[in-house]
Formats: sequence, structure tokens, C-alpha cells
Amino acid sequence: MKRPSIELLEDKAKQTRRHIIRMLGKAGSGHPGGSLSAIDLIVALYYGKLRHDPQNPAWPDRDRFVLSKGHSCPALYAVLAETGYFPVSELDTLRQFGTRLQGHPDCHLTPGIEISSGSLGQGLSVGLGMALAAKIDKKDYRVYVMLGDGEIEEGQIWEAAMAASHYGLDNLCAIIDNNGLQIDGPINQVMSPLPIPDKWLAFGWNVIQINGHDMKKILQAYDEAETLKGKPTVIIAKTIKGKGVSFMEGDADWHGKAPNKEQTEAALVELA
Amino acid sequence: MPVKTTTTKMVSTREAYGETLLELGNAHEEIVVLDADLSKSTTTAKFGKKFPNRFFNMGIAEANMMNTAAGLATCGKVPFVSTFSIFASGRAWEQVRNTVCHSGLNVKIVATHGGVAVGADGCSHQCIEDFALMRAIPTMTVMAPCDAVETKKAVTAAYHHKGPVYIRLGRAAVPILTEEQDSFSIGKALIMREGGDVAIIACEIMVAEALKAAEMLSAKGVEASVVNLHTLKPIDRETITMVAKETGAVVTAEQHVLDGGMGSAVAMVLAKESPVPMEMIGIDNRFGQSGEPATLFKEYRLTADDIAAAALNAYNRK
Repeated sequence: MKRPSIELLEDKAKQTRRHIIRMLGKAGSGHPGGSLSAIDLIVALYYGKLRHDPQNPAWPDRDRFVLSKGHSCPALYAVLAETGYFPVSELDTLRQFGTRLQGHPDCHLTPGIEISSGSLGQGLSVGLGMALAAKIDKKDYRVYVMLGDGEIEEGQIWEAAMAASHYGLDNLCAIIDNNGLQIDGPINQVMSPLPIPDKWLAFGWNVIQINGHDMKKILQAYDEAETLKGKPTVIIAKTIKGKGVSFMEGDADWHGKAPNKEQTEAALVELA
Repeated sequence: MPVKTTTTKMVSTREAYGETLLELGNAHEEIVVLDADLSKSTTTAKFGKKFPNRFFNMGIAEANMMNTAAGLATCGKVPFVSTFSIFASGRAWEQVRNTVCHSGLNVKIVATHGGVAVGADGCSHQCIEDFALMRAIPTMTVMAPCDAVETKKAVTAAYHHKGPVYIRLGRAAVPILTEEQDSFSIGKALIMREGGDVAIIACEIMVAEALKAAEMLSAKGVEASVVNLHTLKPIDRETITMVAKETGAVVTAEQHVLDGGMGSAVAMVLAKESPVPMEMIGIDNRFGQSGEPATLFKEYRLTADDIAAAALNAYNRK
């Protein structure tokens, strides 16, 4: 794939941030904090790394992306719309009755969604199954799974981490949106999963640590993960919850609260 | 239709599962099997030996196993996932609900060691809630075959069915009650015996007890129909309603708690279609315990005697 310039990726990130704010403002509920922390990682993946075809979402040889932290789906919906899986205008229907864009991802309804998610802790296991299928079929597609740093408090994540390492699934790449906050506060105060890198190393994974808002570093990490053989790789991406909107940044209260009309307008001015 | 009688050949349904998987695995490359460190007990180890590249022991981690199967299914594989029924339906319930079923994935959960007939292992390993748990999930298909011959058909039908399936199997050797030529389709009950006075609707190994009960009743001049309800969901409304109308009295028999089990599923149908006097044999708000299966069947009132007594009650209430 021809890789777009860093500037174009940054423009796309800004544009999709605007979509996130607009659709959440219109919906009146949803999760801006984790959507804004994850968006750079998702934009870089879809525009710079993932082998996918928006015209043929079921292409058997496509790379897979699983959004295990399903509440951040506004970010994914924005990218899927911008890359052509469905019309951008449909973003306005987020969370409304009858919409294809459910409050948490529904793979039956939304083109490009690989698996329904929203119940935390399950996506890495799903990605593990996809990666095993690739190995069985001797196919070279890769599987990316995005996890929240709060999400890794779920025990099932570590069952999956153990199994992926056991089966040597180097076609599996976990991406941790390490924004440091969960609903009830900082992760190290609610239920500390720290130190995160040491835990993944102990489970037999390659660990890459980056700034999750630096497009160049993100792409380098995706490339590096692909070259590491024999083990799965986790990219621990340090991010800022609510990134891009000053009054949302670093505030756990914006985990699951939509901006009102004035806040939406103020945020869009910042993202202009 | 000839009256079926019990034979002396004893085979566990889990053994039949292992054999069936081998046959299916030979014919269908896309079948993969996952187990959680119980492959000798569930008998999936046979598949693992023959098809090591399509067998994944996921260790003692059932939640992960269930969603790994989901991921495999999204890539066109047909995963058969096995462990004991308490872990498949209990430990991994939310994985089955939110990821397997909500995503509509083609995952076949074949769970062994159902009911108190597990015996000496006791309460922790005797699953008596799986029908309720699995029935409650939208789109799920739930089966509980009565013997080895029917298990083979149920597992094969599960493979051909598109979508999630849960099958409860047992640990102990049980008599062969059905015949190769008996028809089998998901959601279509099998009438094992015809009689006009009362209908006994049973599933899983309780079909054998129901047939014995019918013989006892016959000796007293009461003729019972015996319906083998091998599919709990989708439920065979037509057959259930038909036998209720023909006999005017119904007894259900299951190795499961009464709350939310097969009996309550049957009652849901009859309350609307044909309310008749009804009695339910099942476990009444208690946990299991260690003991020989026969002892436990007596303790929890699951024997042919109990079914026959309940049938007479229902009959006398007409």
C-alpha cells in the first residue's frame, strides 16, 4: 500500500476528531475520552498499515482490527465512514433507534466491524482466534486488537495473553490505549495494572512503547511489530484521554459523557 | 409406530461425541476443536490425536476458549468447543452471550458432564442450570440428546446448522434407546412411545427413566406417550401441543433445576396452546452432592418411580 504522508494522517485525525465530537454531541451520550485518545492509533492503522478494502469488507485475506474497548466506537465509526465503509452522513445517527451505529459495535449492522464488542476483556481472545485461523490456513493476514488500559484489569485478557504466547502468534498485535484513566479515576488508583510492560514481557510478548499521538512513531511501531517473529507483540501507546479538546484532556469525567451544545461548539473551534 | 423398548447396550453420550467428531473432522476441513484441559473426559482428545493441527488445548481458561472459538468462526472455521457443562454454560456465559451469540457466530458448544448423574464429583461439577442459562440467550439452539445414537445425529446436525449451538452430554454410560433409522432434525421431538392417558416429555438421560415409568404405568392400566424432547430450543410447539391435546395430562422430566429448565419451556407452550394438568420432575431449588448416580436420582426424585407417580397425579387431575 502507498503510505500517506504524516501531514495527511494528522489532517485525517483532526477531521475524525471533529466527527467524534459532532456525533457524540448529537447523540447526547457516549464516550468521548477514550475515542479521542485512540483516534490517532486507529487513523494510522487504517490509512497507513491495514490491508483492507472498504468496498469488500468480507475480503478473506484482509487484515483484521478488533476494537476490544468497544465504547470507543465513535473513533472507529468515524474512520470507517471516512475510508468509505458507509456514508459520512450516517455518523449523525449514532446511538439512535434503528441506527447501524449502535452504542457499542454490532458486527451485523455496521460494515467493517469484525466482531460485536462492548463487554470489556473479550476482544484479545477473539483476535487470538482470528490469528490461529490464519496460521491454520497458512495465510499472511495480520490481526490487530485495541485494548484499554483499564480493560486489562479483566482476567480474560491475561488468559488470552498466555494463549497467544503459547501458540507463538506473531501475526497478532495488541495495541493498548494507555490513557491512564478509567471511569472511576486513574487506573493506578482504581485497580492498578502497573507495571504494564513488565506484565506483557512476563507473558512472553514483545513489547513496544510509544507516544500514541505521534503518527510517525505509531507507523514505526506497526512496522516493527510485523517484523518480530515467533511471539505476539503489544504496542503500549501512551495517550491522553480526551486528546485534542482542552477541557476534556486528562479528565476521567469525560470517559462516558457527551458534550452539550456549547461544549460541542467550543470543541469544534479547537479542532478547526 | 412400534413401541420402543430399552436395550441393554450402554454407551455414554460423550463417547459418541468423540467418535462423531472424528467422522466429521475427516469430512470437513474447517472443523476445529477447542478444549480446556478436559479433553480426555470430554473425549475430544481423540480428535486432537488424529488432527493435531486443528485441535487447540486452551488450558484451564474457559472464557478465553469461548472467544477464541468466536474469532476462529469469523474466519470460516467451524469450532467445536468442549468442557464440562458447568464451565461452558456458567463460567463462559457472558462470552457466549455477548460475543458468540450476539455476533451470530457458527460456534458449537458441546458440553459434557451434565446433571447430577455426574455422581461422586459432587455439586461443583454437576451442572443443573445449563438449560436455563443457554435457553435465555436469543438465537441460541439448545439440545440434550438421550443416547449415543442420537448424540451422533445431534452433533452432526449442529455442524450443518448455521449459528450457535449448545449441546448437553453426560458422563455415564446410558442405554441406547433410539435407532439409526429414527429421523432427527433440530427442533423436532421424537415420539418414543404412544399412549392416550398421559404424556411424559423428557430429555437427555431422563428419556430412559420416562420409558421405564411408562412400562410401570401400563402395568397399572395407564398408557403413557413418551416424547423425547432432544431440542429444548427452538422448542417443538406442534408435538408438545399435540400430545397434550391427545392425552390431557403432561409430565416433564429433566436432570435440571425446575426454574427455567425444559419443564418450564414446555409449560410456556402449553399455557398458551393447550393448558392441561401438568407435573414437573426436576431438581427443586437444591444443589447436587456426591453419591452414586442411582442414589442421587432417588434423593432428588428423578427416578422412573417418581415420574410414574407424577404421571398418575397429572392423570388424576384431568
